[in-house]
Amino acid sequence: MKRLYEAVIGLEVHLQLETETKAFCGCSTEFGKSPNSHTCPVCLGFPGSLPVLNEKAFLYSIKVALALNCKIQDTIKFDRKNYYYPDLPKNFQISQFDMPLSYDGFVDVISGGREAGKRVHIKRVHLEEDAGKLIHPSCASYSLVDFNRAGMPLLEIVTEPDINSPEEAYNYLTALKSILQYLRVSDCNMEKGSLRCDANISIRKAGEKELGVKVEVKNMNSFRWVREALSFEIGRQTSLAEAGERIIQETRLWDAQKFVTVSMRSKEEAHDYRYFPEPDLVPFIVDKNIIEDIRKALPELPDARADRFVKDYGLSEYDARVLTGQVDLADYFEECARIYANKKTLANWINGDIAAQMNARNVNILSLGIEPKDLAELLKMIDDQSISGKIAKDVLAEMIETKKRAGEIVSSKGLSQISDKGEIEKTVLDVLAKNERSVSDYKGGKKTAITFLVGQVMKQTRGKANPAMVNDMLKKHLGE
Amino acid sequence: MQIDKNTVKKIALLSRLELDEKESELYSSQLAAILSYIDKLNEIDTKDVLPTSHVLSTLKNVFRKDSLKSSLDAADALSNAPSKEGDFFKVPQVIEGK
Repeated sequence: MKRLYEAVIGLEVHLQLETETKAFCGCSTEFGKSPNSHTCPVCLGFPGSLPVLNEKAFLYSIKVALALNCKIQDTIKFDRKNYYYPDLPKNFQISQFDMPLSYDGFVDVISGGREAGKRVHIKRVHLEEDAGKLIHPSCASYSLVDFNRAGMPLLEIVTEPDINSPEEAYNYLTALKSILQYLRVSDCNMEKGSLRCDANISIRKAGEKELGVKVEVKNMNSFRWVREALSFEIGRQTSLAEAGERIIQETRLWDAQKFVTVSMRSKEEAHDYRYFPEPDLVPFIVDKNIIEDIRKALPELPDARADRFVKDYGLSEYDARVLTGQVDLADYFEECARIYANKKTLANWINGDIAAQMNARNVNILSLGIEPKDLAELLKMIDDQSISGKIAKDVLAEMIETKKRAGEIVSSKGLSQISDKGEIEKTVLDVLAKNERSVSDYKGGKKTAITFLVGQVMKQTRGKANPAMVNDMLKKHLGE
Repeated sequence: MQIDKNTVKKIALLSRLELDEKESELYSSQLAAILSYIDKLNEIDTKDVLPTSHVLSTLKNVFRKDSLKSSLDAADALSNAPSKEGDFFKVPQVIEGK
């Protein structure tokens, strides 16, 4: 009998908070500035300097914690996590150990409908500071350090080991990112490193309670890589277990070129961070009223918004979920919905042609540059039969390219739909005269021949003829 | 209080210090003496004292506003660095996994 293994996965997400200044000093957090231009005695860890907590970073953290259904710690304490590494100027990181900002929350991961949903528990959300950035010039025997990132406010979001497949991990991360974007506390940009993810994964025989030996996987800078790396790890650990070999507790790096995880041999010594309370920061006790105020001010989150889209706009569950998955897309839909009546058509266009255009250009809805009123104008032109749906697709592409309005493009290019009976009839008669063979086929009972004739009329009118009228007119002249 | 040589070696490794046998010997006895001294604190009865992580027990919630302050010039930031290249601090090579 084949043994079946199940994966046990926990994820750690690091999120850079979008504040003006760093967590414990007034240096700018702006990305992409020249090296070491945003540093000061505090974030460089000079003797005698004193960190003071950024209030906005703290309030943002509470906001995230509440949105993830966490409890806020009565007394919040910061600790020093001690380790030596050149990206850490103080040789310790200000982090949180035994009294983290918040704990015991959850994210409901609903993909493919509510029934298929899964609750992933959040163990803790705590605030810490980011480290500097190391650069390794090729062929050099040294490394370079830029401390602009050192001291940036970083939120660590840790799940319980609730996740059992790479797909679930992917769906959790997607749901989490969506919530974080709604809160507008971070740009959540993985390429810039504002959002990063590490995974802990072990396997055990299905049904067993005890956890297996845990492997930590790092260096996955997209959700897709998280999914791939976890799939690889499950395969690797399963074959080791089946061969009766030992799985070693270690950290492995994802290699996105080779599609494998590789052992980080340098870290074989056990970590011993020797945490102790950060004596330079006093404890934090948040007033219950402040917590309630932040809770009340939380925006409508993706799940609630999707439910409302189904209820208020009559959208399908699928369309509602796609639209509300990204806050900017959901906002865009609602702006359009205020000035355009047919919500289902609107959802189809945004999730269809607009989404295809965004993907092709690798941009988001904001940088696509189609104002809600301009999309509404285009859709209204289809509704009143000024243009055909097919031509509208071309017009949309043209709108994006030229930044011109739909009406302008249609009139300047002569794309208006031909709904004039006389004009269509003229073309229909012409086409019938030129295609006697298809006409006799049709009359002989081969009804599909009409498709060819419709196509010929559309071709002659460069796609502008009203297709329904063409169809009717052809049938009339074919004697039906 | 006893501190064995292995503990000293482990602390040295974590602190990135290279100790020879003689130094390990010396520091284990010195560390033991320091810890024995600190151990005196355990003689105090703290049964009715709340645990505290900070000496300023009445001070809490000290924040700063999220407002910009000027940073050091890169040249100033780097002025104490033993080694630099351009506007970067330069350190011995560190590449994970190699």
